[in-house]
Amino acid sequence: MSEYRLEMRGVSKSFPGVKALDNIHLNVRPGSVHALMGENGAGKSTLMKCLFGIYTMDTGEVYVDGEKMNILNPDDALHKGLAMVHQELQPVPARSIAENMFLGRYPTINFGPLKVIDHKKMESEASKWLKEVKLNVNPNELLQTLSISQMQSVEIAKAVSMGAKIIILDEPTSSLTENEVSGLFKIIRELRQKGVSLIYISHKMAEIREIADDITIMRDGTYVGTWEVKDISDGEIIKQMVGRELSNIYPPKNDVEKGEVILKVDNLTSIHENIFRNCSFELRRGEILGFGGLVGAGRSELMEAVFGLRSIKSGKVYMKGKEQTIARPKDAIKDGLGMITEDRRGTGILGCLSIADNVAISSLNNYLIAGIALDDGKIKKVVDENVSKLSIKTPSNKTLIQSLSGGNQQKVIIARWLANNPDVLIMDEPTRGIDVGAKYEIYQIMINLAKQGKGIIMISSEMPELIGMSDRIIVMCNGEITGEVSESEATQENIMSLATKF
Amino acid sequence: MNTKSLDIKKLLLDNGIIIVLLLLVLFTGIMKDNFFSANNLRNVLVNVAPRVIIAFGVSACLITKGTDLSAGRLVGLSACIAGTLLQNKDYANKMFPNLGDMNIFLVLLISVAICAVFGFINGVVVAHLNVPAFIGTLGMQLIVYGVCLVYTKAEPIGGYRTAYTTVATGNFLKIPYLFIYALIIGFIMWFVFNKTRHGKYMYAIGGNEAAAEVSGVNVKKTKIIIYTSAAVLYAVAGFLLGAKSGGSSVNMGASYELEAIAACTIGGVSVNGGIGRISGCVIGVLVFELLKSSMQFLGIKPDFQFIVQGIIIVVAIALDIRKYIQKK
Repeated sequence: MSEYRLEMRGVSKSFPGVKALDNIHLNVRPGSVHALMGENGAGKSTLMKCLFGIYTMDTGEVYVDGEKMNILNPDDALHKGLAMVHQELQPVPARSIAENMFLGRYPTINFGPLKVIDHKKMESEASKWLKEVKLNVNPNELLQTLSISQMQSVEIAKAVSMGAKIIILDEPTSSLTENEVSGLFKIIRELRQKGVSLIYISHKMAEIREIADDITIMRDGTYVGTWEVKDISDGEIIKQMVGRELSNIYPPKNDVEKGEVILKVDNLTSIHENIFRNCSFELRRGEILGFGGLVGAGRSELMEAVFGLRSIKSGKVYMKGKEQTIARPKDAIKDGLGMITEDRRGTGILGCLSIADNVAISSLNNYLIAGIALDDGKIKKVVDENVSKLSIKTPSNKTLIQSLSGGNQQKVIIARWLANNPDVLIMDEPTRGIDVGAKYEIYQIMINLAKQGKGIIMISSEMPELIGMSDRIIVMCNGEITGEVSESEATQENIMSLATKF
Repeated sequence: MNTKSLDIKKLLLDNGIIIVLLLLVLFTGIMKDNFFSANNLRNVLVNVAPRVIIAFGVSACLITKGTDLSAGRLVGLSACIAGTLLQNKDYANKMFPNLGDMNIFLVLLISVAICAVFGFINGVVVAHLNVPAFIGTLGMQLIVYGVCLVYTKAEPIGGYRTAYTTVATGNFLKIPYLFIYALIIGFIMWFVFNKTRHGKYMYAIGGNEAAAEVSGVNVKKTKIIIYTSAAVLYAVAGFLLGAKSGGSSVNMGASYELEAIAACTIGGVSVNGGIGRISGCVIGVLVFELLKSSMQFLGIKPDFQFIVQGIIIVVAIALDIRKYIQKK
């Protein structure tokens, strides 16, 4: 028996013009949770793709239980005991849970050359493995009736049922509630006890602390080192990841002056009352207003309604004291609102367009000559100005936005709104999936906007960020506003108690 | 060095179909003396002109991830409407025997207005009723064909006034009028695509419709404008085609939309939306017409010409999709 369940030795991988991985090592002990950390673009996904044979590595070797493996593709990996639960799950929602678990390897009864699927066996097997991950559902239910966390459990059950010795979890908690996270951790601990090794990719420090045994850190495609989690401090992890010391995670705010009420939302109720109801709040100039709560509390939906993306049944929205009828985002933008949505890929970036087009799109009205032609010079000026102001790292403004990293894409979206100069900017999970360095820069931008007298609303599921950045935090639970905490009294505990009020 | 050779390979693959077709054209030119004659090239240009106008309209729909299958039938309807209003006074089978000589420009406006109504309906169906463009405009294709049958009673239309046919067959300093119209319309469309808010909105919708809406683009209105203006272009093309052929029937323009989609794709307009240029439309149509002309010169039977055209369409789109998959 080898000391390690999985060993990756000296893995290097180059793409035309870039060295994506340079001599990386990864040693995972049996029955351990191994955190893999690094900023976005550090090469974590590339390393995993090499492991699963999606990319061929230029140099390097993979050993499972001391035996050298040559993994050809993800399917081959599964047979050799490696399974991956993806960040974005890719199941077949309109088929049953059991069918999803046995997709491509249905148990069959053979009548000579004719193979018929053995539904009974498939169901009983599925039930057995679902129990293993503490998921109490009927395997004949359609997968789409499950929540995301339950689907994740199904994926894990599938991996376990195939005898996976190594399971890779890629940002598994990014769309889970606190409760679901603790459920997932319970499953992880049990698997670990049974000798399964898990590779845990995440940006969330608290989770790493709680669940991981070892940690390997990567930076810019190079191997930084491996530690036991108990031997390394949070500050040290961040320092190793970014290669510099971040003395403060949140930039100083220096008490920005608060001005008059700029946005007032009065008794807003969604057209589907269960989503949100009777929500009222005010936002002042120069204020950063945090919105806390669990995923599904209705925070995003409330803000989307204010921005005209969702219909309301009753209630009013006032901008600068004037009542507004907001039917679609176009109206909201005209009234001085801007919104950075939660789903950057789905509703943020215009993937196949350039950075310049992405920045200019919502402020095109400002560049018209005689109401018809666009003034290219003026557009270029505004784009250049914002791209350099936000220090967006790109070879040129003609570069397609889809080729940038997540953090830089987010900055382009921010630039889009800065170009439009809104009075109120709503930011829904502004730092999701963004590395530590870029996060700090985004916080800095938020504070600068507040200093200019703009009002900022930040929805965040990351408690430390909410507390560190907000002047005031409104907490929602199950579609209702359950309370408000000021900057001085904000603690994880009292926010949590409001977020779980009923 | 390595990246450079890769670039050449990529260039060849990305423009593979154009290169193959141009090689065929070159081959034809070497084999057949008259192929590169001024006369034949003129002929090709005259055929390209109305088709490229149609392609401009279709490309706008394609860029927003839509399509317009009613294009060909709208071309036919426009040609028939214009034809019936511009027949000679003494022509025996005149559709409206008591109609005097109408102003030609007024007739163009009438054709354009009627087609624009159908285009507007296309836009409303696609944008407001959320019917997939493929289905919505397929229905419109049948509707317009029916309307045209009812209007013409399936009779062929002929006996045009010379004033009308000259609109298409005339020359200015040996340059065909048709070519000049296409050039002017091409410039206008280039301006619309690249220099106007509407153009930027169109590309944004193709890039990511939901994100465009969040950014303040009025997606529905933009789509309606796109489908309506496309129909206006088909009407103009139909008006010119009728004048060029000196007669028309309900079958005029049939399946021109497919040729236009193929030409756009060959010219780099992506069926996945967000990508496409006016120059691409022009190149696509030109290459496609050269292909047709080459096949005629090489004496390939018309039956086989269809098979070849079909293959080209599928290969062009397969190559386009390949580019998209690679980008992921």
